[in-house]
Amino acid sequence: MKSYAYFPGCSQTKANRAYDVSSRSVAAALGVELRELDDWNCCGASAYLSIDDNKALALSARNLALAEKTSDELVTVCSGCYLVLHKTNKILAGKPRVRERIDHALEAADLSYHGGVKVRHFLDVLVNDIGRERIEEAVTRPLEGLKVAAYYGCQLSRPYGEIDDPEFPVSMDFLARWLGGEPTPFPYRAKCCGGTSMTTSPEVGASLTGKILDSAISGGADCIITACPLCQLTLEAYQKKVSRQMGKKLSIPVLYFTQLMGNAFGLTEKELLLKDSLTAVPALLS
Amino acid sequence: MATISTKELTREFLDGIYDHPDGEKVNQCLQCGTCTASCPTSEVMDWSPRQIFAAVRAEMLDRVLGSNTDWYCVSCYSCTVRCPASIPITDVMYLLKNQGIKHNLMPRGTRGAKLSKAFCKIVSKGGRSAEFGLMMKYYFSTNPFAALGNLGFAMKMLGKGRLSLGSEKIKDVKGLRKMLEALEEISA
Ligand code: SF4
Ligand code: SF4
Repeated sequence: MKSYAYFPGCSQTKANRAYDVSSRSVAAALGVELRELDDWNCCGASAYLSIDDNKALALSARNLALAEKTSDELVTVCSGCYLVLHKTNKILAGKPRVRERIDHALEAADLSYHGGVKVRHFLDVLVNDIGRERIEEAVTRPLEGLKVAAYYGCQLSRPYGEIDDPEFPVSMDFLARWLGGEPTPFPYRAKCCGGTSMTTSPEVGASLTGKILDSAISGGADCIITACPLCQLTLEAYQKKVSRQMGKKLSIPVLYFTQLMGNAFGLTEKELLLKDSLTAVPALLS
Repeated sequence: MATISTKELTREFLDGIYDHPDGEKVNQCLQCGTCTASCPTSEVMDWSPRQIFAAVRAEMLDRVLGSNTDWYCVSCYSCTVRCPASIPITDVMYLLKNQGIKHNLMPRGTRGAKLSKAFCKIVSKGGRSAEFGLMMKYYFSTNPFAALGNLGFAMKMLGKGRLSLGSEKIKDVKGLRKMLEALEEISA
């Protein structure tokens, strides 16, 4: 059984717990062990980078240092956490001056980090470590041509483009096909969802979110799948508001790619929490 | 108001950006405008991403910092992956936000800054973030009445069991705070 250290991230403890629960269930169904990192802290997200670059890096370095005690790979399901942790690794490896400051800070917490942890997104683990054959084998309830718009957002493949193409990612489209679904044309697959601008400047946020919903619906999709809790929340929570602003009905079920996988694997509601959704996900998959 | 000269601002900015991989490349901007054309929010920015690099060169960063530009950046990295000079533009935006906060050089009432500040306070205190506490802090620092507009959403999340009303804490809060304090000592 392949085993990874697992970083759930704050959003997954409550607001987006369905992502955590369904990810753990899918991992178990595929014989992958996710060991939750002991005493992990918030990655700092883009908000901390905005306020204080150094402290933000230290927060991520603390997680990397904790992971290094037991693992050489740290898996996360949140694209935001993934990018911040991954980026911290890159900066520490390439910039000795920053490294020195962060080492000093870690020392104050009785920790040290030697650069020995690779940060992975769970999607990357599933598509590239587990792969098509094992995923297809686990399917007991194929999606029977369900039309799926795979939404990647920003921070999964940008800026580094290591998991997928930075402009036109496709890995979740493949995944949807392995489950028996049909990926739909979706030009806005990697544009910004609006994220926190929905809170700070709703007009700007709503126009970004609207373009994505519109693009998915015009492509003929029955649903949107996401690989990031912030994208998920933004796309599912504001559909009414966005419809009003755009002057057209933009309503579509939005779910985590892990929920779609789990459903195709025949997993139960308790293992997937489809009813947590703010959109018509349970009806879509019943 | 700013007590720092524009020359010093530029120097501090360059110092910070050189700490990022490819940071030295800011000096090689071609003024091609690819960043601005790729940016989903450039239309509402006072200064476009391209203009920032012109401003760095002209040592006019104070004007950029006094504008809404960096706070409209949504960190989508579209500019960064397309820049022909490989300039880490998103990191530039982060650093401008850092400087704006540090020297109090922002347009009044910048909401993005208030949200980020509220977030950092919560994380620095307990090591984890929680949406409810964050939104309360944010709305009280901006417009408490706006919170009412989002009441429906909050109730929906509560009904689904997706809203955490308490605060989350890690075990080694002490260690985490010491770590952050150590950085404050260095910068002081
Ligand atoms: S894309 Fe790069 S080179 Fe072109 S204007 Fe923007 S920063 Fe300068
Ligand atoms: S990262 Fe910021 S500046 Fe660059 S394209 Fe995205 S929003 Fe615009």
